[in-house]
Amino acid sequence: MSYVIEIMGPLLEGTGVTLQVFLLTFVLAVPLGLGLALIRISGFAVLGGLVNGYIWLMRGTPLMLQMLFIYFALPFVPVIGVRLPDFPAAIVAFVLNYAAYFAEIFRAGIQSIDRGQYEGARVLGLSYAQTMRRIVLPQVLKRILPPMSNETITLVKDTSLIYVLAMNDLLRAARGIVQRDFTTTPFIVAAAFYLLMTLVLTLGFQRLERKYAVYDG
Amino acid sequence: MIHARDVHKRFAAVEVLRGVSLDVGKGEVVAIIGPSGSGKSTFLRCLNHLETINRGRIDIAGETLVSAGKDAVCRYAPEADIRRICRRMGMVFQHFNLFPHLTVLQNIIEAPITVKGLRRAEIVPVAEGLLRKVGLLDKQASYPSRLSGGQKQRVAIARALAMDPDIMLFDEPTSALDPELTGEVLRTIRELAEEHMTMLVVTHEMAFAREVASRVVFMDGGEIIEARPARELFSSPEHARTRAFLENML
Repeated sequence: MSYVIEIMGPLLEGTGVTLQVFLLTFVLAVPLGLGLALIRISGFAVLGGLVNGYIWLMRGTPLMLQMLFIYFALPFVPVIGVRLPDFPAAIVAFVLNYAAYFAEIFRAGIQSIDRGQYEGARVLGLSYAQTMRRIVLPQVLKRILPPMSNETITLVKDTSLIYVLAMNDLLRAARGIVQRDFTTTPFIVAAAFYLLMTLVLTLGFQRLERKYAVYDG
Repeated sequence: MIHARDVHKRFAAVEVLRGVSLDVGKGEVVAIIGPSGSGKSTFLRCLNHLETINRGRIDIAGETLVSAGKDAVCRYAPEADIRRICRRMGMVFQHFNLFPHLTVLQNIIEAPITVKGLRRAEIVPVAEGLLRKVGLLDKQASYPSRLSGGQKQRVAIARALAMDPDIMLFDEPTSALDPELTGEVLRTIRELAEEHMTMLVVTHEMAFAREVASRVVFMDGGEIIEARPARELFSSPEHARTRAFLENML
């Protein structure tokens, strides 16, 4: 037990890094994903096609590769080339990647709303933007909670990929101690930390689902 | 109030409306009857721009929604005008189209607040009055999923009335209801007729059409076959197709 307390310091530091990546990615990728979904269903063929291509690229290549590319290769790309420090590079990669997945969840949610809802809103004089904001998206939110919960939990665990940029997240911190002390205890403590984080998320999403259960449909 | 001339509407290769002309005066209640696929719902949906027409002219309350150009191509009013003109018409759908995430009261006050910019305190008493009128004041805090079909449709009527329209369009308002629930909805529509609301009702309820409508329009194959005062049309239809349809229905 005293050993667990002894290694708590570095593991908590690692948890801090993990949480930062998680929270920043979530807060930035959700609105970006919503924007992409709205563009995709907007009916502008060219823009929709671009978003399709973007989603294909982001879902079709490994997140780790995207992160390595942004950190190591982006500085040498003409025009948009920029050298990012490790943390911002990781955040950019995570946001770009997760926005693609969130976009697909939002799109599926929006397209699941009955056409009658749009017509009902339209004959009452609501504009497209008002219909989206007041009628469609609130209903979408309820429907996408289960897949969003999935994706969000995956994000917590995916943050461990930032070790490739030599950043000390929870898992890398644990591995460091394992290699130093020749004991697997840090792995078990790290697992407990991950479980705790995902438990909080699971409970949070369950609460939201209960809140929206007041109406059917 | 409604002035439609030579309205044509095509879905891909199918011509659904082949030159429909109809005038509805202030306070008039006009029922549109006819077999499925005759274009009656489509015609109604063209009037408030849920469908765009391919040819013809539509004026609503003296304003031109769409006019026929010289070259037979019709021209719609600018988008802002379309929205303003269409706001003078309320519409009730076969499948209600209530907003499931809002309570009954919220369903009714949503558009007056969002579209007209009314304050909550201004519109809530109006909404409550409308709910009392359709007999559902006690349901104002319920979500639509807790209501019967007839109750949903009465809420939909109150919701449309909350926008204070000059014209009400009903698209088969009782077709999705269990037979024992149609009465309550028809009663509400009848009360509106007694208040001289201008109404256009697409319906399969022949008894209702005969009793409430000042004029009945029989449509078939995308055309108006005959349009006459209700009693005349039902007692002595002029056209063979009308006769055949009525014999089938009664």
